[in-house]
Amino acid sequence: MVTDTTIETKKAWKVLDEVMDPEVPVISVTDLGIIRELHFENDTVFVTVTPTYTGCPATEVINMLIRAALLEAGFAHVHIEQVLSPAWTTDWMSERGKQRLEAYGIAAPLPRQQVCHPQRFALEEAIRCPHCHSYHTRRISEFGSTACKALYQCLDCQEPFDYFKCH
Amino acid sequence: MASLPYLLHLADNALILGHRNSEWCGHGPVLEQDIAITNISLDLIGQARNLYQLAAPLAGPEATEDSLAFLRDGREFRNCLLVELPKGNWAVTVLRQFFFSNYQSLLYGQLQQSSSAALAAVAEKAAKEVAYHLRWSSEWVIRLGDGTEESHEKISEALTALWPYTGELFTPAAYEDIKSIGFALEELRTSWLQTTAEVLQEATLEMPPTGWSQQGGKEGIHTEHLGFLLAEMQFLQRAYPQAQW
Ligand SMILES: [Zn+2]
Repeated sequence: MVTDTTIETKKAWKVLDEVMDPEVPVISVTDLGIIRELHFENDTVFVTVTPTYTGCPATEVINMLIRAALLEAGFAHVHIEQVLSPAWTTDWMSERGKQRLEAYGIAAPLPRQQVCHPQRFALEEAIRCPHCHSYHTRRISEFGSTACKALYQCLDCQEPFDYFKCH
Repeated sequence: MASLPYLLHLADNALILGHRNSEWCGHGPVLEQDIAITNISLDLIGQARNLYQLAAPLAGPEATEDSLAFLRDGREFRNCLLVELPKGNWAVTVLRQFFFSNYQSLLYGQLQQSSSAALAAVAEKAAKEVAYHLRWSSEWVIRLGDGTEESHEKISEALTALWPYTGELFTPAAYEDIKSIGFALEELRTSWLQTTAEVLQEATLEMPPTGWSQQGGKEGIHTEHLGFLLAEMQFLQRAYPQAQW
C-alpha cells in the first residue's frame, strides 16, 4: 500500500500539537521543542523525543501520552526513540508555547545567554511578573515545583510565580 | 568505548549521592531548599539511569538498569566514599554537594569529548544541570561559612570531616587511566582546587592542605555506611523481585 507520507506526517504533527506536558498542562510537546523528528516507514510512525531534564519524572508519562494520542488518531504502529544529544534547550520552545506559559502564570524562559552560567550569586536577571508585568521581582529559589522551574516573587503585586528557567 | 567498570563507577556515584540527597525529602530546613535538594536528587538519579542503560549491555544478557542499581552487593559498587557518607546536617550536605558538583562539572566537560558518542551525549545533557547544582551549592557554602557564628562552626566541622574524602575523586582507579577515559583525571584537580579555594575564601573558611586521603570506594572497598544505604534502597526489589508500580 502506498501512503502519502507528507499528509500523514502533517497529521501526526498535528496530533502531537495536542499532547500536553503533564506537569505544565498548557504547553504541548511540540511547543516545548522536545519532538526532534518524526517520519514514517510503511505504517509505523517513528517519533524521536528528547527529555527536558535528565531526571524529569514526566519523561515516561510523556512518551505514553504521545503513543496513546497517535494510536487513538488511527496510526497503526508507533515507535518512540529517545535521544540525548543535542541536549534540549529552552531556545527550542515555540513563541506560542511561551505565550501560553505567560497566560498560565508562568514566566517564560529568557534567551539562554542571559542566564545560563555557573557564576555564584548571579546578578538577578529581570524576570517579568506574568500577573502584573512588573520587572520588580526577586528569586526565592533556584529550584521550583519541577526541575524546569525556579520560584520568584513579584515585589509589586506580591504574587509568587514560577519561572520556566532557561536551560 | 567506555568500559563497564568505568560506566558503573560514574553511575554509582550519581545514584548513591542521589539517594543520599533524597533522604532530605520532607526534612529540608525550609520548603524551598527541601525542593532544591530533591530536584538535585532527581537529576542525579536521572544521570545514573542513563549511565546504567549504557552499562547494561556490557554487563550480560540479563542485566538492566534496575538490576544494576538494585541487585548488586556493596563490594560491586564503585562509587567514591564521599558520596556514601551519611547526609549529616545541612552543612555537610551542601558542602559535599559543592565538592561533588565542582568535580562533576569538570568531569562532564571532559566526557563531552569522549570517543563514546553515547557517553558524550549523557555528559552533554547532564552538564547543563550540574551547572545549576554547582551554583546552588557554592552559594550555600558561602552563606553558611559567612553567616552566623553557629553556621560557620557547623560548616567548618563539615569541612574537616569531608576533606579527606575529596582526594579519591582525582585518584585514578585501574579503569580510569588516560588511555581508557581519554583524559588525565589528576589534571582536573588543579581547576577543582582553584574553584574550591575561591568559594572557601568567600565563605571565610580556611582551605585544608591537600595530603593523605581516604580511598577504596572505586575498587569496591566501602565504609560501613554503604551497606545500610543499600539495605534501604534495595529492600523492595530484594524482598519482592521484579516488583513494579
Ligand atoms: Zn506582579
